[in-house]
Amino acid sequence: MKLSRVLAGAASVFALTAGMTTGDELPPCENCADTMVAVSWGGAYQRSQQMAYTIPYAEMTGVDVVWDESSAEAVALLRAQSEAGNITWDVVDVTGADSIRLCDDGLAMPVDHDELLAEAPDGTPPTEDFGETIVSECFIPQIVFSTTFGYRHDLLDEEPDSVCDVFDLERFPGRRALEARPIGNMEWALICDGVDIDEVYDVLETDEGVERALDKLGTIKSEVIWWQAGAETPQLLADGEVVMGSTYNGRLFAAIEEEDQPISMLWEWQMFDLDGWIIPEDLPEDRLNRVKHFLHFATDTQRLADQARWISYGPARESSQPLVGEHAELGIEMAEHMPTHPDNAERTFLFNYEWWADYRDDIDARFQSWLLR
Amino acid sequence: MADQTVPLHTVPHPGRSATEERAAPDGPMLAADGRPLKASLARALRRQKLSAFLLTAPLLAFLLVAFVIPIGDMLLRSVDNRIVPETLPRTTQMLGHWDARAGDLPPEPVFEALYVDLQEAADARMHTRLGSRLNYDLPGISSVFRGAPRALQAMDPDQPLREQFIDANRAWGEMQTWQTIRALSGHYTAGYFLSAADMRPAADGGVELVPERQRIYAQLFLRTLVLSLTITALTLILGYPIAYLIASQPLRTANLLLILVLLPFWTSLLVRTSSWKVLLQQQGVVNDLLVWIGIVSDANRLVMMNNWIGTVVAMTHILLPFMILPLFSVMKTIPPTYVRAAKSLGANDWTAFWRVYFPQSIPGIGAGAVLVFILAIGYYITPALVGGTDGIFISNRIAFHISTSLNWGLAAALGAILLVAVLVIFWVYDRMVGIDNVKLG
Repeated sequence: MKLSRVLAGAASVFALTAGMTTGDELPPCENCADTMVAVSWGGAYQRSQQMAYTIPYAEMTGVDVVWDESSAEAVALLRAQSEAGNITWDVVDVTGADSIRLCDDGLAMPVDHDELLAEAPDGTPPTEDFGETIVSECFIPQIVFSTTFGYRHDLLDEEPDSVCDVFDLERFPGRRALEARPIGNMEWALICDGVDIDEVYDVLETDEGVERALDKLGTIKSEVIWWQAGAETPQLLADGEVVMGSTYNGRLFAAIEEEDQPISMLWEWQMFDLDGWIIPEDLPEDRLNRVKHFLHFATDTQRLADQARWISYGPARESSQPLVGEHAELGIEMAEHMPTHPDNAERTFLFNYEWWADYRDDIDARFQSWLLR
Repeated sequence: MADQTVPLHTVPHPGRSATEERAAPDGPMLAADGRPLKASLARALRRQKLSAFLLTAPLLAFLLVAFVIPIGDMLLRSVDNRIVPETLPRTTQMLGHWDARAGDLPPEPVFEALYVDLQEAADARMHTRLGSRLNYDLPGISSVFRGAPRALQAMDPDQPLREQFIDANRAWGEMQTWQTIRALSGHYTAGYFLSAADMRPAADGGVELVPERQRIYAQLFLRTLVLSLTITALTLILGYPIAYLIASQPLRTANLLLILVLLPFWTSLLVRTSSWKVLLQQQGVVNDLLVWIGIVSDANRLVMMNNWIGTVVAMTHILLPFMILPLFSVMKTIPPTYVRAAKSLGANDWTAFWRVYFPQSIPGIGAGAVLVFILAIGYYITPALVGGTDGIFISNRIAFHISTSLNWGLAAALGAILLVAVLVIFWVYDRMVGIDNVKLG
């Protein structure tokens, strides 16, 4: 039953992509390897990439794409591969923050976005079409996702409508799930302590600011379960272990729409984050050519919009937004489930990569020490 | 094989050696081939030793390549600081002459050296790596280095550079920046070990503890030790009667019981850990049962998951077979006749057990305890999944620094401390119990 649905979905996507790409054939790839090792996160996200990018690409070129589900440890593993002088990966999916680290460490290759990537259908150059999502010279953006809150509407007396309700134990008693790292939590704590969003990082740069954020988090500390993996919050919510919790919006979408859990989304002050590709430094020429050829195809306007048919993450290209359609299997309109949809994105902030790259080690030490207390 | 000089059987050959002896009555005893017997024997033994060595050589080579070298290399990272002097060779050299205590910024030549060094570093794409390194000691500096190439382009090397650097980024005008670079000018550093001990260099040249709100590691080491010992004790208390039961059963029953012990052993670690989550969480099976019986009220469900209790319970279960198996294999070799003899000589059950049986099972306890303790002290998947905040181990921080913060130097220092701690515990164990007193069967 499930399998047949998956197959039917896959078939329809083949039909669709085939229909769309007959017009524009891929340019030939000269001196290119016939296999490509792609690294991603596994699960529904990797499947959306296979459906939208690699299966159509393999159909057209006959390239053998091998997947490795190691993105969670990509930075450490790439460093190890680089030190061993044996890079086995060709294209790696990482978060924006990791792309900066890989770029800093000389492990990812800087790219010229306008030369490597496809223009928008109306001729807008890629750097303009991707805009702010190009957070490092090595980063080729794919999706915008967000870390936001879900809550059990059946277990709470009233429905929370602000992220600050997470800090209100009186009106919303029960346990909460928060990620066991400072990023996101510190910002939310300060926002809910009355700091203006534009001043959050200035405040956080001072000792007192860190203490202030930790004190605010301290008001709910006894009721918090700290998660390490994004899958934990949906499980904790489903079991009723917590009444609200933060996680990636795609996980909440899956719990709500695919598993029919009594969970609702809270979009206010969602934290935007980015995910995209990097090319490892020092690839042999034929493999590099293959990756470039693939990325030109896989990050064009249509392909990014196709991915949103499989998962509720927003395309990183401006020009892809109007093309987002229905979910390939559930048949629901995906646009309103995108973190970037205007109704959801009234109050948001973008994970400040540059700032966290500077202060992450320090604040993480403070945060972990605070957790132990 | 046709080699004639070696064979072992040349040594004792009574028939012939008698004639050889006669041939040289005053000289040393000779072997069949006319060599002195002593030399011939030594030669044969050397041959034997060599072949024994050659047989084990593949294993030694494997251990060296796959174990000693990588671990040694990793441990060296805990003191390695070459990136700073090698990326900023001129600057660090010039800074050697700078007197930080005078309270003035370094003079112009240092900035000139920095300009050249940074230019070279940017060409080699080393500037950002150096920035990440310095950021461990000076939060906020990594973006200064990341933006350095752009800042350099805007500078005019013919004008005084000091002002231009400070204009580009005020961090270059702060004493702390220069003090940090100067302090890290050497090829080796104790900084990672200091951080791993919750310490930092003090302004007066000594070391001091970091402020209390930043201390992590001492507490984590202590907790790792205490929880590992608790887990070891629990596996012993739970495992000893089981091992005793299995050892005293007839073969058929014993085998069946052993399979029951091994069954969870063959199940995936993650499955077992997750099952404990389902059982012990607040809305879990155990709490549901307790509420249903009426022992606890619905509002006060027990918290047994995402804290140290979860870690202890799950790890005790997971490590139990490592205690039972050595205990069982030692107990199996204890002849039941000894206990019977003790009883027939008037000992009661307890005395027979405590004075006769128990001492003979100590080697098994030693082996099981060492095995469980060593495994426990390095665990990190289970604590990460069920430990919450007060049930995580030092290995979770090591894993964090390896794969998330990428501070491999600190991870190596923490690992080295853990390794030394284990060796010390081994040594203490050897002094107290004796390492010979450990048996796996």
